Amino acid sequence: MSAKTLTEKLAVLADAAKYDASCASSGTTRRHSTPQGGLGSTEGSGICHAYAPDGRCISLLKILMTNFCVYDCVYCVNRVSSNVERARFTPEEVVWLTIEFYRRNYIEGLFLSSGIIRSPDDTMSDMIRIARDLRQKQNFRGYIHLKTIPNASAALVEEAGLYADRLSINIELPSDRSLESYAPEKKPAAIRRSMADLRIKMEEHGEPTLRTKRKKRFVPAGQSTQMIIGADGSSDHRILQRSAGLYSGYGLRRVYYSAFSPIPDASAKLPLLKPPLMREHRLYQADWLLRFYGFGVDEILQGAPQGMLDIRMDPKLAWALRNRHLFPVDVNRADRSMLLRVPGFGSRTVSRVLQARRRMTLRYGDLLRIGARMNLAKPFVVVPDWLPSKLIEDSNLEARFLGQPKQMDLFA
Amino acid sequence: MKEVHVPMIGAWDAWRRESRRLMDMGVPPEAVLWRFDDEETVFRALLEPPDTLKEPAGRQLLVPRAFLTLAETVICHSQPSRFSRLYRVLARLQKNRNLLQLPTDQDVHALRSMEKAVRRDAHKMKAFVRFRELEARPGQRRRFGAWFEPSHHVVERVAPFFARRFADMDWVIATPGVTVTYNDGALAFERTSDVPRYGEDMTEALWKTYFSSIFNPARLKLQAMTSEMPKKYWRNLPEAELIPDLTRKALKREAQMLNAPPSSMPRWAEIMKARAIDMRSQTDDAEAPPHSMEAGRHAVHECRRCPLHECATQAVFGEGPAPARLMLVGEQPGDEEDLAGRPFVGPAGRLLADIASEAGLDRSQCYVTNAVKHFKFQPRGKRRIHQRPNTQEIQRCRWWLDFELDKVRPQLVVALGATAARALTGDGRAIRERSGKIEKRVDNIPVLITIHPSAILRTPDRQAAIELRSALRRDLERAAAFLCQSQEMRSHAAIKGS
Repeated sequence: MSAKTLTEKLAVLADAAKYDASCASSGTTRRHSTPQGGLGSTEGSGICHAYAPDGRCISLLKILMTNFCVYDCVYCVNRVSSNVERARFTPEEVVWLTIEFYRRNYIEGLFLSSGIIRSPDDTMSDMIRIARDLRQKQNFRGYIHLKTIPNASAALVEEAGLYADRLSINIELPSDRSLESYAPEKKPAAIRRSMADLRIKMEEHGEPTLRTKRKKRFVPAGQSTQMIIGADGSSDHRILQRSAGLYSGYGLRRVYYSAFSPIPDASAKLPLLKPPLMREHRLYQADWLLRFYGFGVDEILQGAPQGMLDIRMDPKLAWALRNRHLFPVDVNRADRSMLLRVPGFGSRTVSRVLQARRRMTLRYGDLLRIGARMNLAKPFVVVPDWLPSKLIEDSNLEARFLGQPKQMDLFA
Repeated sequence: MKEVHVPMIGAWDAWRRESRRLMDMGVPPEAVLWRFDDEETVFRALLEPPDTLKEPAGRQLLVPRAFLTLAETVICHSQPSRFSRLYRVLARLQKNRNLLQLPTDQDVHALRSMEKAVRRDAHKMKAFVRFRELEARPGQRRRFGAWFEPSHHVVERVAPFFARRFADMDWVIATPGVTVTYNDGALAFERTSDVPRYGEDMTEALWKTYFSSIFNPARLKLQAMTSEMPKKYWRNLPEAELIPDLTRKALKREAQMLNAPPSSMPRWAEIMKARAIDMRSQTDDAEAPPHSMEAGRHAVHECRRCPLHECATQAVFGEGPAPARLMLVGEQPGDEEDLAGRPFVGPAGRLLADIASEAGLDRSQCYVTNAVKHFKFQPRGKRRIHQRPNTQEIQRCRWWLDFELDKVRPQLVVALGATAARALTGDGRAIRERSGKIEKRVDNIPVLITIHPSAILRTPDRQAAIELRSALRRDLERAAAFLCQSQEMRSHAAIKGS
């Protein structure tokens, strides 16, 4: 085996990392460089520097330190039993690539993950070394996301938190049983324990110290996780229940859903199908309803056959069609929580409605200008110049929506 | 008609200054002709001769702060009408200070959409500028240059962002209108005279490698890409030239993956797997011999007796000396106990420790545990709301409680709350009448029934809470007295027997 060039390694190790959906570079502290020193800045919202033809944004240099791995997780392209090409970066190479890409404004920072070589602790230590070098030797102030290696020791995870903006550990599959059968080396309980430890550590570091009254920087952008959709037989209900449990328990910023996508040299144990992209999209929409729209899991999936979301329409519309007795809603009277439940009203629309109606009575045209998607909202709202009384009782209402041209994809 | 000139560089300051002057002179919006940069006007005949600068009349011009942020953004828009629209809104604001809070107003709506367009364009500039490394002057900082074509006049707005980000290098960003340079920490703007030619940069090839490798051909979604990275920007993005080819080949690559038969494992996989199993068994070796408390503490993490294990973080086992004279049994771990993996570390646990020490009990001398070892909860947003374990879950978990009782061999067990009482005595009656009394288990271990400390925390009425607290304290004092008594009886028995 001849030594690989940097380009060859990059091709292999970026390819190996692309199944991780997370790309966020937002929600961290504000920092910047000065003419006296330092490179890089973070300013609240992240920046997507490019988009690949799969519609996913490229914000971070997302690579694996190595794709050699001793684990045998059947859904993973890098599992030990796969014939995929292998490579390994030196820590210096990762640091160099990050800095040089950053200087050319290609990226917001680094998202480093790794296959497990030698032991989880050895692997984690190497990743920490890269993050430490970036912060201390290169004075790098951009974004760093490190993937926590399952079963790595708590002390190492804590050290990683000193350099990283975000840490994540993947829950991988929605049920313990599927994870145990697909990823024999991973322990679901250990993954949850790692999340719990991190939350406790974040809270500890969040307390102001006695001496400075200042909070110490520790994983300012919090933790996230990823679940693979469609590799096992779990229903959407089960998936969302798991998400709700994770959000409530560990203060996760995000749960990413990743449609299981065919991989080169796939295991015979898994369904080789086109990735269920629409299902993934519906799950993201439902996730948003859980976090920002006051919905509960059971409500979203109430009456859904086999606990699956309706793939043909967004979950809020599906919910509204099932609960027509609550509509139409008087836009000039209804409270915030009810306005949030109107299909076609986003949280920003609702804030604008609430702001505007303090000074005026909203009419149909006003709603359009405010940014409500009236083609969706029309049957569900009442304003002085619009009364949809017949529409809401229309038995063909559902068919009307399904006949519409496909809506744009929001969370690709 | 008055003609007012706004230059390309420093447009915001100029518009602000001119508007203030016009307002002072009381010039109505329809009587101003705004000219940007050096563009020609077809209304030359209508113009008044340029007036000499009049002194401000001293009238104070008050506008909401929100208008300033809005106007500073809208100024960057490329639409010629922006200056007049802003001036009109400025005039209207003098009569109606709340104008901006009407998102449905025609003018406000127009300004808001312009604001949105500028914000987006500025954001895209932050995203899509691509630097190439230029030759550095010897002994100087590294130098980079970029050519970029924004849709609006956003260079001045965005330049400070690049200064904050790339402070340790010198750089220049040239656009069709304005060129910004950053040398040794100082920003400077000038009109662009001609399109610069920046040479090759070797790192660009690596970037292109990255771009094509991170793309997943099985998820082709061109519309999602072009809506966020519109084609107008592609000209200046080195990676964009790869897109047509990647797209063309995507379906073929996907079909290849779908149709490929599963292959056999590589040879070294067996060796690596064996190593992984080694790693696992190493941790297994750390386990103490079975039938001990330690073994139980390990085994409880593998417990699948009821479905609770799947939502909770971990099983929370008891803590304390074994054997111990006194064993305290609560209901189930709460949020904090679940995260930390230790019993009674949350608010109820702290309260219990306080009351116990008032009652003359040393918590560190007691064995504390819960009737159910996994946290049962209902997720609600960012919180987990405690849920009572049901009879079945209590039943299943009794296996562990009995195991602990067997190892701890207490002289007295205190059942804190109904769940513990049910688990310990098998009797599910309400604890109101049983509270403070000692019942006997089938195995003759005495069980003192009392309330759970969280009942005190949950009671909203202050007086009632104080009463509950003293009731719990009384019961724990009873437990302490019981232990003293049995101690005496035991030494008695010892004397008698001798």
